Amino acid sequence: MSVIIFTEIDNGALKKSSLEAVYYGVEVAKMKGSTATVLAIGEASEAELAKAGSFGATKVLHANDARLATGNIQAYSDVLASAVAQEGSEVVILAKSSLGDAVAARLAGKLKASIVSNVTELPDLSGGFKVTRSIYTGKAFATVEMKSDKKIIAIKKNAVSVVESGASASVESFSPALKDSDFAVKVTGTHKASSSISLPEADLVVSAGRGLKGPENWGIVEDLANALGAATACSKPVSDLDWRPHHEHVGQTGIKVSPNLYIAAGISGAIQHLAGVNSSKVIVVINKDPEAPFFKAADYGIVGDVFDILPRLTKAVKAL
Amino acid sequence: MKILVCVTSVPDTTAKISFTDGDTKFNKAGVTYITGPYDDYALSRAVELKEKLGGTVTVLNVGEADSEQVIRKCLAIGADDAIRVNCEPKDSYFTATQIATIAAQENYDLILMGRESIDFNSGVVHGLVGEMLGIPSLSPVMKLEIDGTTAKMTREIEGGKEDIEASLPLVLGCQEPIAEWKIPNMRGIMTARTKPLKVVEPVGEDLTVTEKFTLPAPKGACKMIAAENAEELIALLRTEAKVL
Ligand SMILES: Cc1cc2nc3c(=O)[nH]c(=O)nc-3n(C[C@H](O)[C@H](O)[C@H](O)COP(=O)(O)OP(=O)(O)OC[C@H]3O[C@@H](n4cnc5c(N)ncnc54)[C@H](O)[C@@H]3O)c2cc1C
Repeated sequence: MSVIIFTEIDNGALKKSSLEAVYYGVEVAKMKGSTATVLAIGEASEAELAKAGSFGATKVLHANDARLATGNIQAYSDVLASAVAQEGSEVVILAKSSLGDAVAARLAGKLKASIVSNVTELPDLSGGFKVTRSIYTGKAFATVEMKSDKKIIAIKKNAVSVVESGASASVESFSPALKDSDFAVKVTGTHKASSSISLPEADLVVSAGRGLKGPENWGIVEDLANALGAATACSKPVSDLDWRPHHEHVGQTGIKVSPNLYIAAGISGAIQHLAGVNSSKVIVVINKDPEAPFFKAADYGIVGDVFDILPRLTKAVKAL
Repeated sequence: MKILVCVTSVPDTTAKISFTDGDTKFNKAGVTYITGPYDDYALSRAVELKEKLGGTVTVLNVGEADSEQVIRKCLAIGADDAIRVNCEPKDSYFTATQIATIAAQENYDLILMGRESIDFNSGVVHGLVGEMLGIPSLSPVMKLEIDGTTAKMTREIEGGKEDIEASLPLVLGCQEPIAEWKIPNMRGIMTARTKPLKVVEPVGEDLTVTEKFTLPAPKGACKMIAAENAEELIALLRTEAKVL
């Protein structure tokens, strides 16, 4: 009755969110007195995958068929289903992401598994199997009992505080049969910002809104983000106006983030914007209007002009 | 082109979230319900495709009787008919079972819905439905063109997007900018009243049970830093908040 953790590989390395899922999965296995196995799909070195050991894993199954190089929803869910069957897994853990959600959903369909997403802490096994998840876009939580034999849990960032051990895991090759029908969907082109830090994964985020006046002014936002090692984000009107790419748009209708630090510059703090960022640990707001609603949701606030404040913060960070 | 659009009836994005009955039920008092914003994008694109290519748009809602005002609005925007599965959608697997059961009775070319509902935010129903029907599922789709029996799409991925081609039928979770939200006109509102709305009973059972709801702990006061001392923020983030 083991636990299996579905992980994602990005640029030859296990994603940070996936390593958090590994830690979470191993903790669940310990609570149940059983074992945890990691499944990694795609191109990565054995040394890289062995790092899952530092997050508590002992065994990594590595599926590395050339056809699995790009995240294919149907094929990945079939590989995961094969791993679940081989390991006799009862619980499947993964980090919430656009690929992870899609793969987990199809797996739930195959296994008739209960599936709960946006889980924010370790389960409570004292009476049944109960998890807490974030609902209403971060405005509330629900405690949910999972009733079926097979259970799939997609965790939100910071669902568990990770302690690394430095150990390494053994890596086994895993080659289940693949069906041609799994490859009916063709990816004909990929457009990815090359160097930037992935927004959903980022610990630190610098976000800006219409207060920046125009796309030509984003240099001061990027400078602060670079100095901090943060990802950049924006409000909805900013991406609607094409000042910034759509994948930076956070909020009710955009990406939901829960970083350790969210800095909002020139964003008013509309309820729909707050919905996507309200589970950040620390929120900093910089706005020239002292009445901006965002200050009510902030931990630190500066009433001031972004064109003055942001460059000064960048300088202060560089001086650290 | 035969399109099924699945819509949710959800609290307005500005609604105050609270609970009743010992925190076991959502408090509907004073809350306005709207079509899920992502579902609204899916519906708008479906209506555009129907106008361009001909065919029909059927709206499907898994929900209780009070979601009929949302369904009528979808009909006013341009859907031809509607089906409501009479139950409270509380569990992803159960909700997907209802959609797949209805979809299996007809040959839809496209099954569109929002990338996620804004009440439970799971974003898994489209994948479940795709698996239950044995057809591909993709989400979040931000562009959709139909060329014969092929769909050409753009899907958002972390840090970018990818172009995708696949044969119909497909299940898609949609998001902006797939279409502009449509506002019903007077004629649409009049005709919506007489368009067919069929109510059917659910099948299957919930695999999860929600025991209780909680609200987040209230935020403490915001610490203000004078603009002339803005640099102090960085020190506070390091020593007090410990996030740097
Ligand atoms: C269904 C629905 C869904 C939505 N989803 C989202 C969503 O996902 N994400 C989202 O962000 N919005 C969303 N919105 C829109 C939301 O309601 C707001 O309109 C939007 O967040 C406002 O963006 P903004 O703060 O950048 O712009 P504004 O509201 O125009 O605010 C600009 C702010 O910048 C400040 N400012 C201006 N100049 C300066 C300066 N020089 N220095 C410092 N401050 C300055 C102003 O005081 C103001 O507070 C949604 C709306 C609806 C109806």
